[in-house]
Amino acid sequence: MLNLGLDILGLARFQFGMTTVFHFFFVPFSIGLAFVVAVMETMYAIKGDEDYKKMAQFWGKMFLYSFAVGVVTGIIQEFQFGMNWSEYSRFMGDIFGAPLAIEALAAFFMESTFIGMWMFTWDRFNKWVHTLFIWLVMFGSSLSALWILAANSFMQNPLGYIINQQTGHVQMVSFGAVLSNPQLWSEFPHVIFGAFVTASFVIAGCAAWRLLKKDHVTFYRKSLNVALVIGLIFSLGSIASGDIQSRYLINNQPMKFAAMEGLYKDSTNKGEWAAVSGFDTKNHKTTWSVDVPYVLNLLSYHKTTGTVKGMNTINKEMHAKYDKKYGSDINYYVPTNTLFWSFRIMSGAGALFALLAIVGLIFNRKKSQAIMKQRWFLYIMGLCLWLPFIVNTAGWFITEFGRYPWVVYGLLTIADAVSPNVSVASLLTSNIIYFLMFAGMGVVMIVLCHRTLKAGPDNDENTDGYAASDTDLDPYSKGAFNHD
Amino acid sequence: MTSLQFIWFILIGVLFSGFFFLDGFDFGVGMLVKSFAKTDAERDVVIRSIGPHWDGNEVWLITAGGAMFASFPMWYATLFSGFYLILFLILAALIFRGVSFEFRANMRTETWRSFWEWASTIGSFCAAFLFGMLFTAMIAGMPIDKNGDMSAHFFDYVNLFSLVGGVAVTVLCLVHGLNYIRLKTEGSLRDRALAWNKVVYPILFAGEVLFAVLLYFSTDFFDKKPLSTTAIVVALVIFTCLAYWGVLGNHEWLSFIGSGLSLISVVVLIFNGLFPRVMIANNPANSLLIKNSSSSPYTLHLMTILTFSILPIVLIYFVWSYWVFYKRLSSPKQNA
Repeated sequence: MLNLGLDILGLARFQFGMTTVFHFFFVPFSIGLAFVVAVMETMYAIKGDEDYKKMAQFWGKMFLYSFAVGVVTGIIQEFQFGMNWSEYSRFMGDIFGAPLAIEALAAFFMESTFIGMWMFTWDRFNKWVHTLFIWLVMFGSSLSALWILAANSFMQNPLGYIINQQTGHVQMVSFGAVLSNPQLWSEFPHVIFGAFVTASFVIAGCAAWRLLKKDHVTFYRKSLNVALVIGLIFSLGSIASGDIQSRYLINNQPMKFAAMEGLYKDSTNKGEWAAVSGFDTKNHKTTWSVDVPYVLNLLSYHKTTGTVKGMNTINKEMHAKYDKKYGSDINYYVPTNTLFWSFRIMSGAGALFALLAIVGLIFNRKKSQAIMKQRWFLYIMGLCLWLPFIVNTAGWFITEFGRYPWVVYGLLTIADAVSPNVSVASLLTSNIIYFLMFAGMGVVMIVLCHRTLKAGPDNDENTDGYAASDTDLDPYSKGAFNHD
Repeated sequence: MTSLQFIWFILIGVLFSGFFFLDGFDFGVGMLVKSFAKTDAERDVVIRSIGPHWDGNEVWLITAGGAMFASFPMWYATLFSGFYLILFLILAALIFRGVSFEFRANMRTETWRSFWEWASTIGSFCAAFLFGMLFTAMIAGMPIDKNGDMSAHFFDYVNLFSLVGGVAVTVLCLVHGLNYIRLKTEGSLRDRALAWNKVVYPILFAGEVLFAVLLYFSTDFFDKKPLSTTAIVVALVIFTCLAYWGVLGNHEWLSFIGSGLSLISVVVLIFNGLFPRVMIANNPANSLLIKNSSSSPYTLHLMTILTFSILPIVLIYFVWSYWVFYKRLSSPKQNA
């Protein structure tokens, strides 16, 4: 066969990265939209203001598109462990399978059942019951995030297990320890808050584009307000939870932390923090950097003194710790550039979101017309609707690239986890086809959201799920299209 | 084999039964979007009949997969990596059909609506067919090595037996879908589903007989468990007959329950024949057994407690959601 330098491991890793990144465009968007829509519908239930109902229905459409894509790409995630990572599945099944099964049982059933109820029963239940449905969807999807992160946290920081001497596989001894893993409780709030931020800034961005056109001003200003209040609260929440998470890393995954900060050498007591920096990753050196004193210590320890271990030191420690079992050939350095810049994108964007939300709320005060006059601000807001997706991806890049070369930290390397019996040809084919399918679905998603936005909240075209009055409640027929 | 391992073997069977019973009809309905439903308005009704449910139905598959991972990781690893290509195609089919309903509803041109209708139809056909093929190939025995790695060639899983198995499951899903439409609609669609059933059932009978004959030659089921295997095959045919009787006498519930039980019988047939194995290797020494493929007693115990406390609650709201949408959908007027 033609040698393209492709191997099973590389292709399987690429596939995992691709499917996960694509899946995770939609997961936080859906969780966040469920939350924002639930808030909107609750406000309608409380205030009886029809605008809020319209808002819940209008932004709910985007939620439905996103949910559909999230569901179908999620199945790949579950199957892929067995398909591409059979050695991993054998090694980890005793611990990893349980949260996955509970996720399906406790969370997916709830989400999928109540989203059906929510979609099709706008006129059949009283508004409180109907509002309860969307909260249950939101609750179900957050719960699913909790379970999958419990599984991921074990990979980052294995707890509550022993190694079975006969099989060499991990074996669960304490479910309590798996669930109370501090990694999980630093990861989960960050992911959920990030999801809320994602949805609020997408909504805010969409609203900003429409406000630039002076379209449905009251409706979009109200939407903007809800989105920015939620966006402000949870971008601050994301920053706080991110801070907890990164400080947790110093002791738990020091290599990840050092790479995020671009530290090859141990830091001095002055705590010089590289705002930007260039690396010679081959020779493990920093080539240039713009340093700010004390910031590193403030970030790491919330005080001005202290030192942080650099990657070169940690690499030596890792070799000392693991060489006996895994040999001395393993490279313990993680992709420094990726982690360093991902961290800067993520934290920079977090701060930007909080700032935008504050400014936006000030401009959008009830009696002020400032928001309509500050067109530059609306342009920035509009462009920022893409930013959450980049930020979410950056966050996962840090988490997942940062555990290199481990798939389960300290216990199993990525190279030992892959399916030995799947051919390069199979993997290459599936990679190409997944890629094309994802590209197609991504395009359709963007087109649909754009079209929904353009049609506006009053348009009955594509009244997906919201056909008024008809006893049939047929979301797909009534006025759904204009021909014949 | 411990009792917990046995319970989990049964539970995996129950979850797959639930999947085939429920996704069986929505695969069937999905197949009918293009040819059976003649106008756009009819397609709306056909899709609407599974609209609130298809997603929940598919969760049975996800749960079955997750439960297999949790309770029998070796089974999960061997099955999923071994049938890589079939599962990949199943995923592609499920993705296309999964997004098709939502996407179709929002397309503006005839061409694009038609594209997503085809996606639903072909996706549903392929998913049902490939699942049938996968399980048929699985029980025929596959080349599995000592480590449990399966390395099957194309013709190990694509052969007469697996093709017949695939077609039989597809046709079974198709009649199940037609029976569902008879229950869920009224007017011309309901009548047409009945008329189609009269044509499709004889094909199904032929398929089932052929499948039973090939089962005799291609698997060790009749050698190892002559009585139970025969009994289940007979039950399968009886359920199909009952359903057909429901077609002839126009008893809709009878037909639907009959086709649902036929699908469940297929799952029971497979699990009965597998027992006490979970994967059948060509070399019997390499077959994966219930007793050496499972998780630890701790995990099984944990999963048992959780499943028996969560599943009943799930079933309550799951059934309730069907009850909420119990009402029949009327067929659109013919001249629309």
